[in-house]
Amino acid sequence: MKIQIRLVLLFTLSLMLSTVSAEQVTKEQIKGLDEQVQDIKKDVLGISSELNQLEEKLLFPSNTQVSIFVSLEKDTSFQPDAVQLKLNEKDIAHHIYSFKEVEALLAGGVQRIYTGNVRTGDHSVEVSVIGNTGGSKKTRTSTHTITKGVGPQFVEIRLSGSGVEVKNW
Amino acid sequence: MRSLLVVLFFVLATGNGVTAFAAEKISREALSSGELKDLYFGEALFYAYQGEYFEAISRLDTELIQYYGLDEPDLNSLYYHIDNAEFSVGDFELYYRMHDRAGRAIKAVIEGNVEEKVRNEAIYRLAKIYYQKQQPLNALHTIEKLAGETPEKIQYEEPFLRAQIYIETGKFSDAINLLKNIEKEESLQGYSGYNLGVAMFQSGNEQDGILQLDKVGQIKSSDERVQAMRDKANLVLGFRLLEAGQPAKAKQYLQRVRLAGPFSNKALLGTGWAAAANGEYDRALVPWTMLAKRNITDRSVQEVLLGVPYAYGKLDIYGKAAILYGQALESYSNEIERLDASIASIRQGKFLKAVIREELKKDKLWLVHLRELPETPETYYLTEMMASHDFQESLKNYFDLAELEKKLEEWGRYLGAYEEVIKIRGAYYEPLLPEIETQFRALDSKMKLRIEQRDKLDKRLKKMLISPRPDFLATADERIILQRIAELESKLKEQGVVDEKTLHRVARLKGVTTWNINIEYHDRFTQAVEHLAELDEHVERLKEIYNSFVRTRQAATQSYKGYEKGLTRLRIKIRDALGKVKVLMARQGHMIEVMAINELEQRRQRLEEYQVKARFAMAESYDRATKAKQEQQKLKDAERVKQQSQAPGAEQSPAVNPGQTSDKNSAKDTGQAEQAAQQVQEQQETSVAQ
Repeated sequence: MKIQIRLVLLFTLSLMLSTVSAEQVTKEQIKGLDEQVQDIKKDVLGISSELNQLEEKLLFPSNTQVSIFVSLEKDTSFQPDAVQLKLNEKDIAHHIYSFKEVEALLAGGVQRIYTGNVRTGDHSVEVSVIGNTGGSKKTRTSTHTITKGVGPQFVEIRLSGSGVEVKNW
Repeated sequence: MRSLLVVLFFVLATGNGVTAFAAEKISREALSSGELKDLYFGEALFYAYQGEYFEAISRLDTELIQYYGLDEPDLNSLYYHIDNAEFSVGDFELYYRMHDRAGRAIKAVIEGNVEEKVRNEAIYRLAKIYYQKQQPLNALHTIEKLAGETPEKIQYEEPFLRAQIYIETGKFSDAINLLKNIEKEESLQGYSGYNLGVAMFQSGNEQDGILQLDKVGQIKSSDERVQAMRDKANLVLGFRLLEAGQPAKAKQYLQRVRLAGPFSNKALLGTGWAAAANGEYDRALVPWTMLAKRNITDRSVQEVLLGVPYAYGKLDIYGKAAILYGQALESYSNEIERLDASIASIRQGKFLKAVIREELKKDKLWLVHLRELPETPETYYLTEMMASHDFQESLKNYFDLAELEKKLEEWGRYLGAYEEVIKIRGAYYEPLLPEIETQFRALDSKMKLRIEQRDKLDKRLKKMLISPRPDFLATADERIILQRIAELESKLKEQGVVDEKTLHRVARLKGVTTWNINIEYHDRFTQAVEHLAELDEHVERLKEIYNSFVRTRQAATQSYKGYEKGLTRLRIKIRDALGKVKVLMARQGHMIEVMAINELEQRRQRLEEYQVKARFAMAESYDRATKAKQEQQKLKDAERVKQQSQAPGAEQSPAVNPGQTSDKNSAKDTGQAEQAAQQVQEQQETSVAQ
């Protein structure tokens, strides 16, 4: 009886390993193609980098560039649902967060939410945030002043359970 | 048989799950060393944490290029993260399956002038790349270069990887020693213990291996990955014991596997075989019946469709067995039809179109949902095909190429828009700039003149600190008065006036003016310095406006000049890359289709073999059922003849339909078997739940 069962197992398992197709794909073919895919990825990444630099130079020259980033305070229980930004009372950005994005922010990632051009000097930034803290929904709006200097200006909006902190970098 | 089980054992033992676990953890530690000091580095992490590695690498690459292009990179905010950034870019490249580039980047770190800890971490990562690329000897040579202190964050990952490499290179006792030390580490729960068991088996220490996997098979955890490792340990152990001719023990382990886990189908199949090997066919029916109701595309389910009637046959319930063989035949025919439809659909190129659907990117369970889509036979067997590592990797490459194609096409359109922007800017600034330039030059020369004047005043005041010159600080009125007095004196002299009174008056006027100039000198000097300071403020503001103007003028010029070459170069690069991507996509796509069709044809062939087997078995079951029925009939006829010969008036007694009796008996047998199966199933579910 055991022999019979073994034969059945052998029969079924051996079928898994048998191949009948005329055209086969070898390991070498897979490896060769994979290397070519890696090469093209490298080329496209190079183009992407070049394009990033060109975009920055062409669209956001350093003397007028302002970039606004959103981050979450470390170990905060606050989870943003959406953020809306106004620069000098004009809507410039709004974003609804996906689960993956919130996870990425909680892990320490920083989201660049806006890049634009402004004159040097003071500007007002209004931040409206909708989010959750410990299961309760919270909506906050606060206005801050940022100062644009001669070089590119980076602004960090740090969200936490206790409020919104704006930092000029 | 043995070799096949060893193959299965190895597949399970060296699966990607173990390696993937360690890699993911490191990526999440990119910021563990401290607070974020560079927002763009944080942005790269933001994308990496979402699994968008192309974006992450692209941003980090740009940052690194800019960083290394600076005269004083240590003043840049990336300076604080530079080691992490270098490692992270390597990590992201690994996740993006760019092993070659990741390896080169990490080698550069190892060969660079870095701290011991940094170097050791780089060595660890390079060894991991080799291990993942299935180059265990290279991995071994690399990891053996580790010397001195290793970073705390890889204190467990490093010996874990080392042990994996040792297993692959046959250094089992070294692997066992290492794994024993880290077996209790929580972050590696299940993984280290499982690998320890594998190493023990590989070293020939069968008994210790069984005990070790038994231990792993009883781990209590709510973590899905640990539970999967527990199932894996029990499954491997169960099949190993089954193969060793110990079905009772094997069953005990196979029954521990969760009914809803990724290994449950194999475990149910194995449990049935274990019971069957002990001659407990009624008990074998419990897991097999449960398995037979599951998704027919699974190999175990397809196999068990033969197993269930086989068990009924062994229980002498041939009628039921014959019916079930018939049902199995029908299922196999349906599946063969589906496979034919899948193969035809794949040949028409529908499979590749289906797997790169845009909406699937946002769905974690896209693979499951894809096969549930109506009218997509090409994806019906997708989850089964994904079990192959090569197929998975090829499909991922195809996804990546499809993404690259989209990006390159999009960038091509961007370049057109940029050229338009440049053209508009040129048309706006070209006529304005010459006029602005003329005005600027006039203002520029005036400004230079004023600044020269200011500098002279400054020098003069500084000299007056050393040698006071009150006359320099005379007011305009005083200068006029003194000039007029000098003129008067000159006239009086010319006219020869010698009037004492007149001369005295002139001298007194001169004296009063000079007195005032001298007496007020210090106040005037202070005022002059204060005025110069005020002037400096104006000059400073003027300089700011001037510089701002220069920058704006420069920005205006730069906003449309000097882009032509760059844009042309980029356009050529994008066009070339797009061409390459299309060719590679076609090749990769063809390879995937061939692999898919090969796999489906194998399955088709296997189902055809099953069909042949089922047909023979069905015919045999019908024969046996008929034979049994005939034998019963013969017995009953003989009994009736005997009764008739013993009792002459017996013709009037009610006739008994032998067929009814037989059917009743058969139904009774089936009922008993099903009842027994039900009881054992309940017992099994209870034990699994516990």
